[in-house]
Amino acid sequence: MIGQVIAISPENVVGETAKMKVEGYRFVTLSCVELDETTVDILYHFDREFQLKHFRLTVPKDAPVPSISPVYFAAFLVENEIQDLFGIRFQGLAIDYDRTLYLDEDVKKTPFCKYVVIKTAPLCEVPGEKAS
Amino acid sequence: MTKTIIPFGPQHPVLPEPVHLKLTLEDEVITEAIPAFGFVHRGLEKLAEIRDFHQMVYVVERICGICSMIHAMCYCQGIEEMMGIEVPPRARFLRVIWSELHRIHSHLLWLGLFADSFGFESLFMQCWKIREKILDIDEATTGNRIIISVCVIGGMRKDLSPEQVNWILSELKDVEKEIKRLETTIMTDYTVQKRTVGKGSLTGKQAYELGLVGPTLRASGIAQDMRMLGYAAFNEIDFEPVVETEGDCYARCKVRFRETLQSIDLIRQAMAKLPEGELAVKVKGRPEGEIISRVEQPRGEVFYYIKANGKKNLERLRVRTPTFANVPALLAMLPGMWLSDVPVIVLSIDPCISCTER
Repeated sequence: MIGQVIAISPENVVGETAKMKVEGYRFVTLSCVELDETTVDILYHFDREFQLKHFRLTVPKDAPVPSISPVYFAAFLVENEIQDLFGIRFQGLAIDYDRTLYLDEDVKKTPFCKYVVIKTAPLCEVPGEKAS
Repeated sequence: MTKTIIPFGPQHPVLPEPVHLKLTLEDEVITEAIPAFGFVHRGLEKLAEIRDFHQMVYVVERICGICSMIHAMCYCQGIEEMMGIEVPPRARFLRVIWSELHRIHSHLLWLGLFADSFGFESLFMQCWKIREKILDIDEATTGNRIIISVCVIGGMRKDLSPEQVNWILSELKDVEKEIKRLETTIMTDYTVQKRTVGKGSLTGKQAYELGLVGPTLRASGIAQDMRMLGYAAFNEIDFEPVVETEGDCYARCKVRFRETLQSIDLIRQAMAKLPEGELAVKVKGRPEGEIISRVEQPRGEVFYYIKANGKKNLERLRVRTPTFANVPALLAMLPGMWLSDVPVIVLSIDPCISCTER
């Protein structure tokens, strides 16, 4: 119903995304879906001539995910959004808001998770700044 | 040279809604721009887990006032495809008519705000004066000026009588005449050109790689418009996307201006072909599975990802609005520009923060 979906792993997400860029795909967005207490699905959506192609990455909530923003710069915004709302940590973000894109600095909860995750430590260090 | 950091927004005379830009400048020239949101975030996607999937039509309409009907259409279209519902032909054409009315009033609102961003007050007032006629049509046909609530899962809740169709056509004639009177000013006026030509330029390659959508992408020469997918009744009417090639603020203005006139033509086509018949079909059962629905809003492609598991609530509703896709463009457009150009460039992507902070 949603078109071609390819399962990928965290190790090859950046490489596979880079291939999409070479093949002329436009980055559409990412969708994060909470599956259970410990796992989420991250769907990567790409478009070329109105044909959608998707990657499905199933990862534990506490495992870091490589950012694709070095490949598609525009992904930094949605990756920061997922970091805020679901608490998933993205490594290597082009611009890292450290969970302050929507939330205040003192917010510890992940508002879009049914099973709430409490942030106990900074998720990522902002480049050029010390993590508080 | 020493760097200066200037906060632009969230409260700024040129911004209709709150968004913040952290601008780094050397002298008067911008070297870096970092956007920030979160001033009015509502978490509407999360409501899908609590509300009935029928009730969510009302919620998605309130993501954005200016394109409320198009949000509802995109959502309904997704659920209908998931449940295998065939929408009656009359409802599909009515969706085209009301969605294009929304596009006209959104573009006229933007043309006014854009003129205001470089201090052209009389042009701003003229655009908004014309827009009132479209809002009057919405009010007379649906009872509301902005959030018109005409879409339901399975079809439409409102119809147009033959008298209303004739009245809308005569009103559109006046609207078209008045928009064309603005053409000389928008296309050739010295002030407009001085403030927009060569400002915030993006090549087609840059725009595509940044994932831009809508008029912001089409102004850089990429002919991409979700109406080409043929949703609603767009597969039954003549449609070619409006494209400009310069990629600057002036090109984005021209695309939206031409699209306003194009939408009038699309409404006329839809009204000429408006078939008789039912408005909606009865919806039975509950949605199950995953679906993606995309339509063209005034600001570009809106993307709905819907996941349902056969219950009355959806498992996940994800909305990627066009402004969310167009914000990264500001990071590429602003460096190298003067501080005084920031309002014009920011307005040129037609930012809808209400959509972005859904």
